[in-house]
Amino acid sequence: MIEAQQLTKRYGEKTAVDHLDFVVRPGTVTGFLGPNGAGKSTTMRMIVGLDAPTAGSVTVDGRPYARHRAPLQEVGALLEAKSIHPGRSAYQHLRALALTHGIPRRRVDEVIDLAGLGSVARKRAGAFSLGMGQRLGIAAALLGDPRTVMLDEPVNGLDPEGVLWIRTLLTSLAEEGRTVFVSSHLMSEMALVADHLIVVGRGRLLADTTVADLVRRAGGDTVTVRTQDPARLREALAGPGVDITGQVGSEELQVTGLTAREIGLAAADHGIALFELTPRTVSLEQAFMDLTRDAVEYHATTTADRTPGRAA
Amino acid sequence: MSTLTAGTETPRNAGPARPAYRVSTRGVLRSEWAKLWSLRSTWITLALGLLFLVAFGLIAATRYRSGYASGTLDRDFASSTGLELSLFGTNFAQLALGVLGVLITAGEYSTGMIRSTLAAVPRRLPVLWAKAALYGTVVLVVGTAGAFAAFQIGSGILSGTPAAMSLTHAGVLRGLFGAGLYLGLVGVIGAALGMLLRSVAGGISVLVAALMLIPGLVTLLPSSWQGDIGPYLPGNAGQAMYALTHDATTLSPGAGLGVFLGWTALALAGAAYRLVRTDV
Repeated sequence: MIEAQQLTKRYGEKTAVDHLDFVVRPGTVTGFLGPNGAGKSTTMRMIVGLDAPTAGSVTVDGRPYARHRAPLQEVGALLEAKSIHPGRSAYQHLRALALTHGIPRRRVDEVIDLAGLGSVARKRAGAFSLGMGQRLGIAAALLGDPRTVMLDEPVNGLDPEGVLWIRTLLTSLAEEGRTVFVSSHLMSEMALVADHLIVVGRGRLLADTTVADLVRRAGGDTVTVRTQDPARLREALAGPGVDITGQVGSEELQVTGLTAREIGLAAADHGIALFELTPRTVSLEQAFMDLTRDAVEYHATTTADRTPGRAA
Repeated sequence: MSTLTAGTETPRNAGPARPAYRVSTRGVLRSEWAKLWSLRSTWITLALGLLFLVAFGLIAATRYRSGYASGTLDRDFASSTGLELSLFGTNFAQLALGVLGVLITAGEYSTGMIRSTLAAVPRRLPVLWAKAALYGTVVLVVGTAGAFAAFQIGSGILSGTPAAMSLTHAGVLRGLFGAGLYLGLVGVIGAALGMLLRSVAGGISVLVAALMLIPGLVTLLPSSWQGDIGPYLPGNAGQAMYALTHDATTLSPGAGLGVFLGWTALALAGAAYRLVRTDV
């Protein structure tokens, strides 16, 4: 359980985190969502005591992180990818961290296997790819068998297999009763794993809600349909409470008020071929964009083309 | 589903079977010990420091001997003692060993390792004490061993010359142990400066300035000031710890040790303050 009360961090004139209040509960995956520069990483650094809050407080299971007897057993954190010395091997890195807490060698081997680092554990970490570095960071986070697992942008740099691995891992950690707190700037990624969402923009809390709620608030059961014959499908689906939009000449339609299942059945009844039937995703991303539009730190000329960079 | 199987579904980490780990002083020391020896730079730089200490002592002794044999000793050299000649390499060894001290702490900042380190030990100060104590001890041992080796080999070369000395000669043992202790403290100061400045380049610059450049700059001051300030500078006070002869312009070995310990404590205090007060 992580509890932030009026948590604030200022760097000179700039307020990175602005009076945040939130609670991250055990047993579910909580997504920490916001555009780049929204204050996610700063918040996470304050949770593990690397940065001191300018005002307010944050506790883990009722105490500031540094007051715990075995901090690594309390919170396992993956912060920025490379929090390692490139000259040490993965094994040596994990072993050095384990020694501070008296964590046995056996546990070091366990997390190396868990993270799939067995074949490279004795190689210098400096030669690791971004994805391997992430896996090592996650191995370090799990080292103390922590009650709370906190990962900052864990899917960065991972290949599809790694992304899937993270999703499964997060879900199983939450099922074991742990508190799981994961940041991302990608709504689509969060929607797949998180039950609860804490959305921030420019350091302020924008929403503290569930994924389902956010969709509902965005007015969202939109289904994207691509079909051979948009005009006939429009006719087939038309009815009270159903809203269909689409561009002339495009085979793509946005349908609200009907489920994907209903649309599929209706199309089949009328013998209209469908190429795509995708519920929810677009509207969820849109809900996030709407929520954070005013809070985006770096506007590009098109909203879709957000500048990648270090999250702060 | 029976009640028995339902029981196994309770969260794993809620049970009493959870191992009781805790951060301990011993644990932090063991961790820093493992970190020290798992980097190649430690081995290379320690070897280099030892090599400088012994090799330069031998070169100085050899030059003295050949100069003495041919009757062409320059004036600087003519009054040298066996101890001075053997410890000629200290100046070079202190650079290597001090730089390694800086690397041990500032290297954590330049690589990002410090975030992992301080997440594991969020009280922070034990990390500084452990690094300083372990590295200081390692350099003390290496430095003392090197000083004795340089002296013993140097004595062989110098035997039969006016500079010849043995371990039983008054002040020699104190000088050799003093040199080892001096190098150990230089290592601690290097580690403290690295932690204070959080930059490898910055730490090395300040270290070199404090030990080697400032004593030279002081000679530009009026001579009455030189006498007041000069002996108390880190480099000069440190040299007094292992010099055989002392005069009005130098401190006694005990006073030199006291002053040098003071500088070490100052550097450590600055490092501790910054470590506790500043975000990483």
